[in-house]
Amino acid sequence: MSDETMKITLNVWRQRAAGAPGSFQTYTLDDVSPHMSFLEMLDVLNERLLAKGEDPVAFDHDCREGICGACSLVIDGQPHGPRRGTTTCQLHMRSYRSGDTITIEPWRAAAFPVLKDLMVDRGAFDRVIASGGYISVHTGGAPDANALPIGKKSADEAFDYAACIGCGACVAACPNASAMLFVGAKVAHLAKLPQGTVEARSRVLNMVQAMDTEGFGACTNHGECSAVCPKEIPLKAIMTLNREFIRATVSAEE
Amino acid sequence: MDLNARIPAGPIQDKWDKHRFELKLINPANKRKYKLIVVGTGLGGGAAAATLAELGYDVDCFCFQDSPRRAHSIAAQGGINAAKNYQNDGDSVYRLFYDTVKGGDYRAREANVHRLAQISTAIIDQCVAQGVPFAREYGGQLDNRSFGGAQVSRTFYARGQTGQQLLLGAYSALERMIGAGRVKMHARTEMLELVVIDGHARGIVTRDLVTGEIRSWAADAVILATGGYGNVFYLSTNAKGSNVTATYRAYRKGAGFANPCFTQIHPTCIPVSGEYQSKLTLMSESLRNDGRVWVPKSAADIGKKASEIPEADRDYYLERKYPSFGNLAPRDIASRAAKEAVDSGRGVSGAGSAAVYLDFADAIKRVGQAGIADRYGNLFEMYERITGENPYEVPMRIYPAVHYTMGGLWVDYNLMSTIPGLHVLGEANFSDHGANRLGASALMQGLADGYFIIPYTIGHYLANAKQPKVTVDHPAFKQAEADAQGQIKRLLAVNGSKSPDYFHRELGVKLIWEHCGMARNEAGLKKALKLIPELRERFWREVKVTGSGAELNQNLEKAGRVADFLEFGELLCLDALERRESCGGHFREEFQTPDGEAKRDDENFAHAAVWEFKGDGKAPVRHQEQLTFENVKLATRNYA
Repeated sequence: MSDETMKITLNVWRQRAAGAPGSFQTYTLDDVSPHMSFLEMLDVLNERLLAKGEDPVAFDHDCREGICGACSLVIDGQPHGPRRGTTTCQLHMRSYRSGDTITIEPWRAAAFPVLKDLMVDRGAFDRVIASGGYISVHTGGAPDANALPIGKKSADEAFDYAACIGCGACVAACPNASAMLFVGAKVAHLAKLPQGTVEARSRVLNMVQAMDTEGFGACTNHGECSAVCPKEIPLKAIMTLNREFIRATVSAEE
Repeated sequence: MDLNARIPAGPIQDKWDKHRFELKLINPANKRKYKLIVVGTGLGGGAAAATLAELGYDVDCFCFQDSPRRAHSIAAQGGINAAKNYQNDGDSVYRLFYDTVKGGDYRAREANVHRLAQISTAIIDQCVAQGVPFAREYGGQLDNRSFGGAQVSRTFYARGQTGQQLLLGAYSALERMIGAGRVKMHARTEMLELVVIDGHARGIVTRDLVTGEIRSWAADAVILATGGYGNVFYLSTNAKGSNVTATYRAYRKGAGFANPCFTQIHPTCIPVSGEYQSKLTLMSESLRNDGRVWVPKSAADIGKKASEIPEADRDYYLERKYPSFGNLAPRDIASRAAKEAVDSGRGVSGAGSAAVYLDFADAIKRVGQAGIADRYGNLFEMYERITGENPYEVPMRIYPAVHYTMGGLWVDYNLMSTIPGLHVLGEANFSDHGANRLGASALMQGLADGYFIIPYTIGHYLANAKQPKVTVDHPAFKQAEADAQGQIKRLLAVNGSKSPDYFHRELGVKLIWEHCGMARNEAGLKKALKLIPELRERFWREVKVTGSGAELNQNLEKAGRVADFLEFGELLCLDALERRESCGGHFREEFQTPDGEAKRDDENFAHAAVWEFKGDGKAPVRHQEQLTFENVKLATRNYA
């Protein structure tokens, strides 16, 4: 792998505050190392801006190892950039070539208002979870963990859905800004486990209602959500959500 | 400073049960009259906020991240220990207790550790009931694996994302209480000051990170679960936002800070690749179940490809030096051995700094690539993404990095600090891991503190304290708000030329890692103690913060955290200087055995060192809590 530095041109969305007008600004970096992460490249840009007395670019990030779900950039039109199954923080500059121009935008969705530059408010996701994305168990008095055997296949499938990091890329990629993959992942995770079945009906009804209230759109089967998901949550999550929703709608009140 | 740990009398296995009976209770109908503040939403804070709300308390919960689900507990990979003995391999509560006290190099409080081991089993039950998808065997039973410092398989896991799954469990419990209106959640809100009235912790002052608003919050008790201070080193496996501000601000208000020099360097991290490096990434300790650590026997071979070095020319140094624990030697020991190998000129090169190999070739031969992918698939992918190398084909290259801090605010058996009413949970306190934490024990402690300890002990405090209600109009709140505003104004007024990150890197990489990292000595520590105040002075002359305090301003947030690290770093080095022995993660070069192992001084240092703040420009005072070992005999750790 080459250690030579690269010249990269960036078109970055700058927006002073929520509701303020925004626009793209162009910056050039002449000495980007291919070993840098994408966010480290932005760190370098921010150091330069600061040195000139300009306001650094605001972006969300925290763990920088692909698990906290904080980072959230649309890179050349793709949430989290070009690598499949990869968050922005795990994207490295070796995916680019010297001379490339990269356009960076925030998540675009009515339910995720921009706070500043590349940062958005994803509180809607928390409110959807608060509407039913849990098993109602108080702390204490749980039966022995091995009292209820759960097949390896069910446990593994539940894990696949539970792996969602709540980053919101699915919403950002969807032409309808639908949150069906996010909601489907939580519904499917809990539906795969015996502990989750007791509240299955109220969970799916409440979460779908909360999702609609927050202003997320409907699913029209584009599949973009799953394609950009850094944890590769399968589209089957949405099928499970639809099935659980229909079952809940047609079944009698408990 | 009152350092009475309030350890209950009686045999160790009965202490917690007896204590729970003796703790005062608050009538269910009265709980809602008590306002509690929880700062931090990781495993400790998230579990505490949810459980306290379930009990009926009125909870206000704060985190600086945009959602409580993003607290850094989420990044824990390997697993969580519990003395379930599902494997029938000789585990027990007493063995987990014993392993943890020994693993901590006899610098933890016995009674706390035993309670932790007792509670461990209930944690697994609780998490399974919440829907945490732990790994399972084909028969449907929970699977276990081994971790460092133990000879039993007691670690429960969810692929390489155990912290994520446990945190999402706690987060779902928390969101349930938020949905029910019993927890008021304040995300993107950072605590800047603790408010103490009549000697009791009565609230906090925060900054809204979106609007910049400085605001006071009054309560009947305050719970800090704000994590560790590993980012004082700048480069660590901690999240970028992890910081010492909440605990350091509490220290400045009178909370004793215990054992700051007990920091953990994790042996298996991806090496530094360049100047721009912003953080380090851990490769889970679980990998040492199957990976073998080695370097070439001869320094002449370091430039060769691993595949070109025959078996006979490789030094599997952990297996050689510690045959009974082998690659699963505890973290402090494995880290120092890696440093020793690299310092001897045998570190292997590649992109980035010198490293040692973690090789899976034998394991792939034994269980196949699919078997390895099933166990560690996501870790292998992460390694490949970061380094561009495929660890199924070439060995991983790893090197130690700062990972966890055992030191923290001093707490008694009830998890209360030296300020009445201020309780401290998880990594933010000092209580359970002594001078070295065993793998898979951080998740256990965070959840034990949050789900099963604080819900009992807080009621006892509230029932006894009988403090009058206060409001945010109290002069102490106005003063704390003015202090927080003053700090922001000072930062904005400097208008220098260097970024907060510049000073953070100078402090962490050049001073703390250099002089107070994996090996420490008197001359180096004294040098750091001279240079840190100089750097701090430069910071207040040369730092550049753009924008204003009344808006979203990440640079300002960062500057405030770095300002606190610049003070705290001095305390860390001072503690390391004064602890004139080697133990666990604290290795003083002057105190070692002839074969280079840590040499403890139990006669003079079998205590927790607790620092008391005496004012700016004044030396802090070192107090001691003597540790007594009535159950585990003090002995030299032997993993050979």
